[in-house]
Amino acid sequence: MNGVPVSIKDVSRTYGDFTALDHVNIEIKQGEFFSLLGPSGCGKTTLLRIIAGFDFPDSGDVCFDGKSVIHLAANKRQSNTVFQTYALFPNLTVYENIAFPLRVKKFPKDQIDQKVRKYVHMVQLDEHIDKKPSMLSGGQKQRVAIARALINEPKVLLLDEPLSALDAKLRQSLLIDLDRLHDQVGITFIFVTHDQSEALSVSDHIAVFNRGKVLQIGTPYEIYEAPATKFVAKFIGETNYFDCTILSCKKEGDEYLMEVDVPELKSHVLVTDYDPQPVGAHQAFTIRPEKVRVTLHDPAVHAGQLINSFHGIVAEPVYNGFQSKLFVKLDNDGPTIRVFKQHTTFLDDGPEIEWKDEVFVNWTAADGYLVKDLDK
Amino acid sequence: MNDTNKLIDKEQLKGGAYGWPMGLWFTFFFTIPLAIIILYSFLGRGLYGGVVWQFSLAAYQGMCKASFAKVLFRTLWITAISTFLCITLALPAAYAMARSKHQTLLLFLVIIPFWTNSLIRIYAWISILATDGFLNNVLLRLHLITEPLHMIYNNGSVILVLVYMYIPFAILPLFTTIDRFDFSLLDAARDLGCTKPQSMYKVLLPNIKSGITTALIFTFIPIFGAYTVPLLVGGKDSTMIGNIIVDQVSKTRNWPLASAFSMVLTLISLIGVFWMLGSGKREKAETKRKEEKK
Repeated sequence: MNGVPVSIKDVSRTYGDFTALDHVNIEIKQGEFFSLLGPSGCGKTTLLRIIAGFDFPDSGDVCFDGKSVIHLAANKRQSNTVFQTYALFPNLTVYENIAFPLRVKKFPKDQIDQKVRKYVHMVQLDEHIDKKPSMLSGGQKQRVAIARALINEPKVLLLDEPLSALDAKLRQSLLIDLDRLHDQVGITFIFVTHDQSEALSVSDHIAVFNRGKVLQIGTPYEIYEAPATKFVAKFIGETNYFDCTILSCKKEGDEYLMEVDVPELKSHVLVTDYDPQPVGAHQAFTIRPEKVRVTLHDPAVHAGQLINSFHGIVAEPVYNGFQSKLFVKLDNDGPTIRVFKQHTTFLDDGPEIEWKDEVFVNWTAADGYLVKDLDK
Repeated sequence: MNDTNKLIDKEQLKGGAYGWPMGLWFTFFFTIPLAIIILYSFLGRGLYGGVVWQFSLAAYQGMCKASFAKVLFRTLWITAISTFLCITLALPAAYAMARSKHQTLLLFLVIIPFWTNSLIRIYAWISILATDGFLNNVLLRLHLITEPLHMIYNNGSVILVLVYMYIPFAILPLFTTIDRFDFSLLDAARDLGCTKPQSMYKVLLPNIKSGITTALIFTFIPIFGAYTVPLLVGGKDSTMIGNIIVDQVSKTRNWPLASAFSMVLTLISLIGVFWMLGSGKREKAETKRKEEKK
C-alpha cells in the first residue's frame, strides 16, 4: 500500500454566522502521520469531514496526489475513516463488519474471506471474529473500526479522535499500536485530536487550530519548543506567559540577544532567538515550567551566561510522583511562576525545597522565547 | 441460603401483589370477553339474537361458504396492501422526523388527528372524495377533468382511508427506533463504499427491524379488523370480515356465527404476530448457533 500526498487549499466553511474553517491551507506529505490539533469547536473535525467527503467547503479545494477530489462523493474517495464513536454496525459480527466494504464492492467470496482473516489477524482479534460489537471492549471495537477502514486499502486513513472514548492507560497502548500500524501499512494518516500529548507522541507534523484558523504547522518539536503564537504556547503543554515590549535587539553570533521589558515582572528579561524582533514591538514572552530552576541561592553568573533570576516564596508545592510542581510567588506582589522539577536519583535533587521557602527562580536566556499574540 | 431464598420468594410475591390492577384489567377486558366469544361460537343460534345453550358446530359449518371465503380473501389482500403502504410511507416520514430539528412539532402534528373522532375524519374524507366533493370541484374548476371522477365507494378509497387512519401507528414506533439509531453508521457505510440508497438498505433497515416489526403489528391488526372504513367509504364489493361480524350481530342476529368469525380474526392476527415476533427470535438463534459453532 502506498499513501498519497493530500493538499488542503484555501478551504473555508461557515455554518450560518459561525466560521468553522477560515482559509485553511495544509500540505500533507505522502505516507505522513499528520495531526490536526485544537480545542473542541476549532474546526478540525469539520476539516476531516471535508477531506472524507461528508461535508463540503464553501470555497477551496482538497487534492489527493494533486487531483481535486472535492466533487467526489465519500464512497468514491480513496480515503477511509475511523470514527470517534467507532460506528460499527451493531447487527453484524466482527467478521461481517470488516467484510462489509468488500461485500459492497462484490468481491468474490474466497477473496473476501482471505482478506478479512488477514486484517483480523493484523489487529489481533482472531478469537473475537464471530462476536457482535456489543460484546467487545472499547479497545477491541476501536481495532475493528481500524481494520474495517484499512481493508479497502485506502490511500489516506482519517482518524477522528479515535482514542477519546478510552481510558488513559488503554489510550497509551493503542497509540503505540496505531504508530506501528502506520509504519506497517505506510499510507497517509490524518489524525484529529484535542489531546496535545497524543499528537506530540506520534505525529510527523502537527497543525494547531483555533477558531477555524491554522496557527502553526510544524514537527512536534517545533510546535512545543518554538510555538508561533500565544495560543499555541498555552495549548501545547503548560507555560508561564507574560506580555512584553522589545527594548533592544543585537546580533550575537548566529543569534540575536534581545532585552525585553515585562511590566508584570517589573523587570527586564534577556531572550536569545534566531529571529530578530523589531524594537518597540509588543509581544508575549513565555518560559516552559520544566526549564525554570529553583535554587535557595542566587545562581552565580559565569562569564557569558545569560541568566534571568527572580526572588520569591514557594506558595504551593504539588508532589506528583515523578515530578513536583512548585508555584513560586515573586516578591513585591509579583506574578506566580510555575516550575516543574523532575525527580531523579534519590537525594540527587539537592536540598529539599519546601512550602514557604524563600527561593530564586531562574532560567537561561536561550530557554525563554517570544511569541506573537494573535488573540488581541 | 434458605433464608435468602425465602426472602426472594416474599419479594416476588409482593411483585405479584403490585400487579393486581393489571391482572384485573386483563381478566375483565381480555380473558372474559375472549372466553365468551369462544363459548358463543360453539352454541346454537337464538331466534332473535343471543344464543341457545346447546353445544353446536353450526356456526363453523355456516362459515364454510364461498361468499364468506371471498370476503376473507379480500380482507387479507386489502390489509396486506394497506399495511405495506403504511410502512413504506411511514419509513421516510419517521426518518425525516428523527433527523429534523423540529421533532416535537412534527410529533405533535402526527398526534393531532387523534383528537378528532375517527368517524368525523372518515366523513371528512367522504366530503373530499365524493362525486360532488372538494377534490372533484377543484379539478373541474381547473378544467383538468370534464366530468367528476369516481374516487369513492370502491376498494381504492377503502385502502386510501385505511392508510390515512393507521399511518400514525406506523410512524410512532418507527420514529422511536430511528431516533435511537446512530446516524454516524450511515456516514460509515458511505465511507466504506455504499451509495446513499445502499446505506439505507444495508445499514438503516437491518438496524431498525424491531421498529418495523412493531409498526407492522400495530397497523396489521387494526386494519384487519376494520369495519367503519369499508362500511362508509367502501362500495358493494368492499365488505371486510369486520363488516360481516357487525352484520351477524346486529342485522342477521346470528351471534354464534359472529363469534366464529371473531375467532378466525383473532387466530389470523395471532399467527401474524407470532410469525413477526418469531422472525426476530429466529435471527437471534441463528447468531447464537454461529457463535457456538465457533
